Amino acid sequence: MSYLAVDHDRCILCGECTSSCPFNALILEDKLEILDTCRLCKICIEICPTDALFIKQDSSKKTDISSFRDVLVFAEQRDGKLSGVVFELIAKGRELATKLNQKLYVVLIGSKTEELVEKLSDYPVDGIYIYDHKELSYYRAEPYTAVLEDLISDIRPSIFLIGATQVGRSLAPKIATRQRTGLTADCTFIDVKPNGDLVQIRPAFGGNVMAQIVTPNHRPQLATVRPKVMEQAKPSLDHPTKISYRDIKPQMLQSGIRFVSIEPKLKEVSITEADILVAVGRGLKKAEDLNLIEELAQSLGAMVAVTRPLVELGWAPQTRQVGLSGRTVRPKLFIACGISGAIQHVAGMSSSDFIIAINKDKTAPIFDTCHFGLVGDMYEILPLLIKELREVKTLVAESRWPNA
Amino acid sequence: MRIIVCIKQVPDTTEVAIDEKKGVLKREGVDSRLNPYDLYALETALRIKAEKGAEVIVISMGPMQAEAVIKEAYYMGADSGILLSDRKFAGADTLATAYTLAQGIKKIGSFDLVITGQQTTDGDTAQVGPAVAEFLGLPHICYVTGIKDVSPNSLTVVTDMLDTLETQSLQLPALLTVARDIYQPRLISYRLKLSSKDREITVLNYNDLSQNQGSAALEDEYFGLSSSPTQVERIFPPSSVISREILEENPHILVKKTILKLKELKII
Repeated sequence: MSYLAVDHDRCILCGECTSSCPFNALILEDKLEILDTCRLCKICIEICPTDALFIKQDSSKKTDISSFRDVLVFAEQRDGKLSGVVFELIAKGRELATKLNQKLYVVLIGSKTEELVEKLSDYPVDGIYIYDHKELSYYRAEPYTAVLEDLISDIRPSIFLIGATQVGRSLAPKIATRQRTGLTADCTFIDVKPNGDLVQIRPAFGGNVMAQIVTPNHRPQLATVRPKVMEQAKPSLDHPTKISYRDIKPQMLQSGIRFVSIEPKLKEVSITEADILVAVGRGLKKAEDLNLIEELAQSLGAMVAVTRPLVELGWAPQTRQVGLSGRTVRPKLFIACGISGAIQHVAGMSSSDFIIAINKDKTAPIFDTCHFGLVGDMYEILPLLIKELREVKTLVAESRWPNA
Repeated sequence: MRIIVCIKQVPDTTEVAIDEKKGVLKREGVDSRLNPYDLYALETALRIKAEKGAEVIVISMGPMQAEAVIKEAYYMGADSGILLSDRKFAGADTLATAYTLAQGIKKIGSFDLVITGQQTTDGDTAQVGPAVAEFLGLPHICYVTGIKDVSPNSLTVVTDMLDTLETQSLQLPALLTVARDIYQPRLISYRLKLSSKDREITVLNYNDLSQNQGSAALEDEYFGLSSSPTQVERIFPPSSVISREILEENPHILVKKTILKLKELKII
């Protein structure tokens, strides 16, 4: 609704703004030019010593935002199973709705949804809207967009949260565009202002920068949320949930896409795709001891990676090697066992979200790279750790099925 | 067949960092390049061209410097290129960017397929492809990892859903966003560099794309910052103060503390 402008009479061509612009949007030639890359961050306005830069308001179109209220969450299902991120969105949606004193609704699209509806109704949501049709069992962008358009025009939610999954990242931009509203991708933090504006924080520029984004003049405010970042909701049986099956008109099911087949991925997953890696280096005394590493990996649902010396010894294939001459990895968790932290190895793993290092030598350089370091012998620590992890797992299993 | 590939010039993100004192991006020595994900989109189009015969048109929105990435596409084998460049396109978010690209694509006239990369390395949103599809009224499929069949009226593709591979067919015209590794992108050809040296780049500005020939703002027109629903309120460095804990204790205590840490990280 507004753009950056310059008052050339005030501008003294000092260049303060050009060097502070994060988006390279200001250049000095005969006069100050504002380029296409301006994102209205307003840093230049604060820096300008002569107040020559200002925001020009363009009062063109504006949605009547006051007629939108409540929070809607997309309950993504694939192959009859709810995506894990759904429960994270429910927890966040509940928090936002409570702060705003509004309601939390969930929309479920699929076929034969009864069990999923039952499961969702155990959670603290005020209502579930269901579009159930065999043509909706698999995700296709057009029918899913059509039914969500139907729902949005009816209940007019102020906030609509979608998981940043393969499906969510395909669907959300189509809906946002259909609604001519704002969408913020892959948020890692979400909150709400008292006036109902959604505060959306996400990484940009490959994670080098965090950006806080708002959609002040449009509704609904759409955001996709990165999975496994936020807390999952807990069932709450005393929360009444209204269940509404929605009518589906034939034209909503029209699509230029035809589903042909689905098959499980067969090829071995590359270590670059793993969420968790357990890596081992020269601290490993013999090839058979890889079993210990494999056991730890299994208890965490992780893959095993190695350093170059182990590949050279023929103990592991090159596809498992992390480092300059191997793969560069960026898992959520990297556990380095008996790895000294040579620069060639660190270059391939230092961008991991979280690094745990286990090494006997407290002067090992790996301790300058890790977030959490254990000084000790991995041959003592790992068996204990595996045992503890198994106990945790059993406990979780028991609490999940108390009568089993 | 006529294939349109959307491409973008991006800063080399590995060099982008925040000046923590000022709270702004450090920009000295930051180079621009063709968004790496777009190489896969372009390669996909060029493979279809090689096998079935096709005209490959690249389109980009950006400042005039972005001509560099269109030239790069010529060196790989694109037949023609369009740059959408105007001060009025400035500061576009994904909705306005997609709208502007869609308007540019409409100018091309008839086409069979639009291909984009799965995302850019600067915005990382992965939103512009599907949004372009919506503005053009096309069916779209994201994260395509393989093209199984190309026929005059339809396309059969494989998509990577992380745990499964799905095969779907689309009626043309349609839009695909392709995943990394669909094909190995080719290198720049020295021969093409020479032969395309004088090839023109069509530059379209606001007046070329807008339906608006009067002064009043049009109801359903979304160019640049003034039509962008999202606004960046602030940028800041990622929490750089990552705590580093180095523990030196007996193994049992180390393991207990590790379990607590894994719970805190929501690993277990």
